[in-house]
Amino acid sequence: MFLSEEKVIELKKKANDIRISIIEMLVEAKSGHTAGPLGMADIFTFFYFHILKHDPKNPAWDERDRLVLSNGHICPVLYATMAHAGYLPIEELKTLRKFGTRLQGHPHREYLPYIENSSGPLGSGLSQAVGMALSDRIDGKDKDRFIYCFMSDGELDEGNTWEAIMLAGKNKLRNLIAIVDRNNIQIEGYTEDVMPLEPLHSKLKAFNFHVIEVSGHDFRSLNEVVEEAQEVSDKPTIIIAHTIPGKGVKEFEKDYKWHGKAPSKEEGENALKELRLIRF
Amino acid sequence: MLNPKLKLNPKLFNSDVEQVPIRKGFGEGFLKAGEINENVVGLCADLTESTFMNLFADKFPKRFVQVGVAEQNLVTVASGMAAMGKIPFCSSYAMFSPGRNWEQIRTTISYNDRKVIIVGSHGGVSVGADGGTHQALEDIALMRVIPNMDVISPCDAIEAKKATLRLVENTKPAYLRLVREKTPIITTEETPFEIGKAEIYWMPDVGLAQVGIIITGSLMHRSLLSAKELEDEGIKTKVMNLSSIKPIDVNAIIALAKECKAIVTVEEHQIAGGMGSAVAEVLAQNFPVPIEFIGVQDKFGQSGTPDELIEHYGMGKNSIKEAVRKALGRKI
Repeated sequence: MFLSEEKVIELKKKANDIRISIIEMLVEAKSGHTAGPLGMADIFTFFYFHILKHDPKNPAWDERDRLVLSNGHICPVLYATMAHAGYLPIEELKTLRKFGTRLQGHPHREYLPYIENSSGPLGSGLSQAVGMALSDRIDGKDKDRFIYCFMSDGELDEGNTWEAIMLAGKNKLRNLIAIVDRNNIQIEGYTEDVMPLEPLHSKLKAFNFHVIEVSGHDFRSLNEVVEEAQEVSDKPTIIIAHTIPGKGVKEFEKDYKWHGKAPSKEEGENALKELRLIRF
Repeated sequence: MLNPKLKLNPKLFNSDVEQVPIRKGFGEGFLKAGEINENVVGLCADLTESTFMNLFADKFPKRFVQVGVAEQNLVTVASGMAAMGKIPFCSSYAMFSPGRNWEQIRTTISYNDRKVIIVGSHGGVSVGADGGTHQALEDIALMRVIPNMDVISPCDAIEAKKATLRLVENTKPAYLRLVREKTPIITTEETPFEIGKAEIYWMPDVGLAQVGIIITGSLMHRSLLSAKELEDEGIKTKVMNLSSIKPIDVNAIIALAKECKAIVTVEEHQIAGGMGSAVAEVLAQNFPVPIEFIGVQDKFGQSGTPDELIEHYGMGKNSIKEAVRKALGRKI
């Protein structure tokens, strides 16, 4: 889809606003995941404000694209992006992880019905997206919309993920586009130390996927690869998006220790100062 | 006597009673479900013929998904299909589904509130020669403990067919437990079946029953034979078919306990956590009476013929009769 220079700047600003919301939410919640949400903020922004066919005023619109979030622990970025897109009041973000909130520690459809799936336990999102893509194929709707799945690199350790990859390849699901957040970290360390995934590109290719690599922070490149994925006619696509975990806050970047913890009040204030200084 | 209102199989006490695998009833019901409702889809993990899903798959190949030997994918793909308005049934052996994929069922189906029907064939030791790895004795416990999950364990092929069709209309995710071996036909097309409702299949000709026998699944024929022989001994019983383990018919169970003041539960499953435990939970809270449990006693199965195994693990006719006498002796 055409992406103007003005739109790129607008997306950059939006992504920064979303990062600010993420830090505010996590400081308030006093627990949660920091690195993944900051790292995926650009991709979430790009999809919700440029790619997705959706309507925040009518979340149940049947013809919408589907976005399955597989690694539910990065939900602060999902909630913040949805709030900035108009699905929920921005003020509500402060209820993250608190009793009675719609914004559960990991997403739960019963509490927040606008999301496509509940998630948290890793490795099951791609399968659900495959099921959605298969349904659209059965109904002859596989050219009308796309089923997107956002997933982590760490959950490529799960057998369930590879079961889904095999089935998608077998069925040549052209309407399935998965984005792997290749940030190289998981809770206990760097992915290549915990459980090596490389050579990831050729592995996925061998499973009959169209595989593209891209920087997860460059809107122009993201636009090109999503366009390319949408044009593929005989295969599902996986976009390996190289991201910087903790992106935007120098202290949090590329350090796996920030995978699963929230900033303290002071760390949060420093982070917010840094993000608010960014000019576009 | 057999409850005349239920129009049960009049030949069920004949030595040549017709025997059909309960799983076959599912296969026939599922084919019919596919004909009635075009949103019904089938998924299987390389056991299409063994679970009789081939009847559906052959007629509706475009609505059938072969996922290969991948039970985690089986149920999670089904969840995604349910999200798009399909009514997925996924079949495998109970030991693999829900045995292997329990967390995926909990998170992506029950917690996620997607109506998927998990069909687990080969429940119980009557699987026979394949041995303990393939004999699911824990599946009822695994499934009834999950919120937003119904659990149905039919007593014969005809009831399995009815249950399959009802589950298409049911609003919740569900587990349908099936058995491999040929099992005597107990019911007829006219016998009522409703999710959440228990029925009394056997009752005294006159007067009140002294012991209530509650059974689920494949051991119904043995239970009815036990009841008939006990009657000759002068012990009056009622036999309840509790094919709907969840939702459970609380009122019917309490009414039976109030009448008999002693209960025996019968199931081809571990005693721990199974149907008997569900009955005990109801009665302990509402109307405590002595209960004897027929089931597997904290053991794994092994190879053998179904009859040998059912006898060996204490679920045969004589064991049921003994449990009834024991329950009678414990009455206060």
